Amino acid sequence: MKISIASGKGGTGKTTIATAFAQVLSRAKYSVSLLDCDVEAPNSHIFIKPELNQFEDVNIWIPSVNAELCNGCGRCAEVCQYHAIVVVGGQTLVFPEMCHGCGSCTLECPEKAITEIPNKIGQLEGGLSSEGIKFGHGILDIGEPMAVPVIRTLKKWQGLNEEEIVIIDSPPGTSCPVVESLRGTDYTILVTEPTPFGLHDLRQAYGVTRELGIPAGVIINRDGIGDSGVEQYCKEEGLDILMRIPIERKIGQGIARGKTLLEINPEYEIPFQQLYLKIKDALPGVDQI
Amino acid sequence: MKIAVSSPDGKFNTEFSPRFGRCQYFIFIDTDTGAWESKPNPALSARGGAGPQAVEFLAKSEIEATITGRYGPNAYKTLEAAGIRAFIADAGSPEDLLNRFNSGTLEEVKSATGPEMHH
Repeated sequence: MKISIASGKGGTGKTTIATAFAQVLSRAKYSVSLLDCDVEAPNSHIFIKPELNQFEDVNIWIPSVNAELCNGCGRCAEVCQYHAIVVVGGQTLVFPEMCHGCGSCTLECPEKAITEIPNKIGQLEGGLSSEGIKFGHGILDIGEPMAVPVIRTLKKWQGLNEEEIVIIDSPPGTSCPVVESLRGTDYTILVTEPTPFGLHDLRQAYGVTRELGIPAGVIINRDGIGDSGVEQYCKEEGLDILMRIPIERKIGQGIARGKTLLEINPEYEIPFQQLYLKIKDALPGVDQI
Repeated sequence: MKIAVSSPDGKFNTEFSPRFGRCQYFIFIDTDTGAWESKPNPALSARGGAGPQAVEFLAKSEIEATITGRYGPNAYKTLEAAGIRAFIADAGSPEDLLNRFNSGTLEEVKSATGPEMHH
C-alpha cells in the first residue's frame, strides 16, 4: 500500500507524521519504505537516520545543437513548449535550466542537427535505517528549477516504491512536484493546522487529491491553536479526521533535536497503528502490495 | 536606427518600465525621425523564458538596441546572439531615454546586470 503525506501549507508536520508512521509500521514488522520527495529541502533523513550508502545522479537529456548542420530554420524553437531553445541572429541557443527533456526538438529537427546530452539536475541517496526502514530521498541541485524529474526518478529507484507499505513524504504546496509525489499512491494523509492559513491550503491540497482520484483523510497537528474552521470544513466535505496531535512544547523541542514523534512520546505508537487500520479500512480494494 | 524601450503602459512620455522580459509594452522608436509605436510584449505571459522570448520578438522586429532597467543572464545571452545592443537606465520616459540615447549618455552593458528570474 502506498500512502502519501501532503499538506498544502508548509511546516504543518508532514515529516513529523511520515517518519513516526514509518517507524511504527516498521516496528510492527511490516516491510516499509520511506521516500522523501521534498527534493528542494529533504529532511526526513534527519529523523530516520538511515545509513546512506546508495547514490545515483538524476539527469535529464537536453539538446546539443551541431552548428555545422543547423540551418537556423527555427523548427526546434517552434516545437519547444518551454522556450528552452531560441533561434536569433542565425544562432540556436539552448537554455538547459528551462528544458524539460521531452525530446521534441531532436525529433523535429529536419537537419538532424540535434543530439541529446545528459544534464545533471540532482541526485538520489538511499539506505537502511537501524530499524529496517528502506529510505530514499532526492536532492535537487542548487539553482535547478525542476523538481519533478528528480521525484519521478526517485519513485522508480531500487524497488523502494514496491515495498509492502510505501510512505511518501510530499513537498508542501499544490504544484507539479506535489502532483508527481502523490500520483499513483493509494491514499493521501493531509496534514494541517487548525488555523485560517492551514484551512486555506488544506482546501487546495484536497482539491489536488480529488483531481487525482486519491482518497484522503486529515490529521490536525498543533490541535488547540486557531479556530474551528478546519473541523467545520472536514465535516462539510465528509473528510475523516484521522488523528489529532495537540500543540505541546515538548514535541517542538524534540523535533528541533531530530527526534521522531514516537521517540518524543512512545504513547503515539497506538494512534499510528490505528491510523494504518483506518486507512486500510477505507481502501477495501487495495492489497497490501 | 530602430530601438526598443520597455514600458508599463505603452506611452511615450510616461515613466519607462525597468523590467525587460515581462514589461507590458515595448516602445519602438526610429532614432533618426523620432517616430514611435507601441507594441505589446508577447513574452509577458510566458510561463518561463520571458527574457529570451522578448529578445526573439525584438530580433524579428529588426530592433538594433534596447533600453530597460536590467537584463537577466538568459536575456543578455540572447541579445548578444541577436546582435542587439543593451542599454540600461534608472528612470525616465521613452522620450527622455531617446534623447539620452541620441546624446550618447546612456550606459551600455556588456554582461547581464541582474539575477536569473523564474516564474
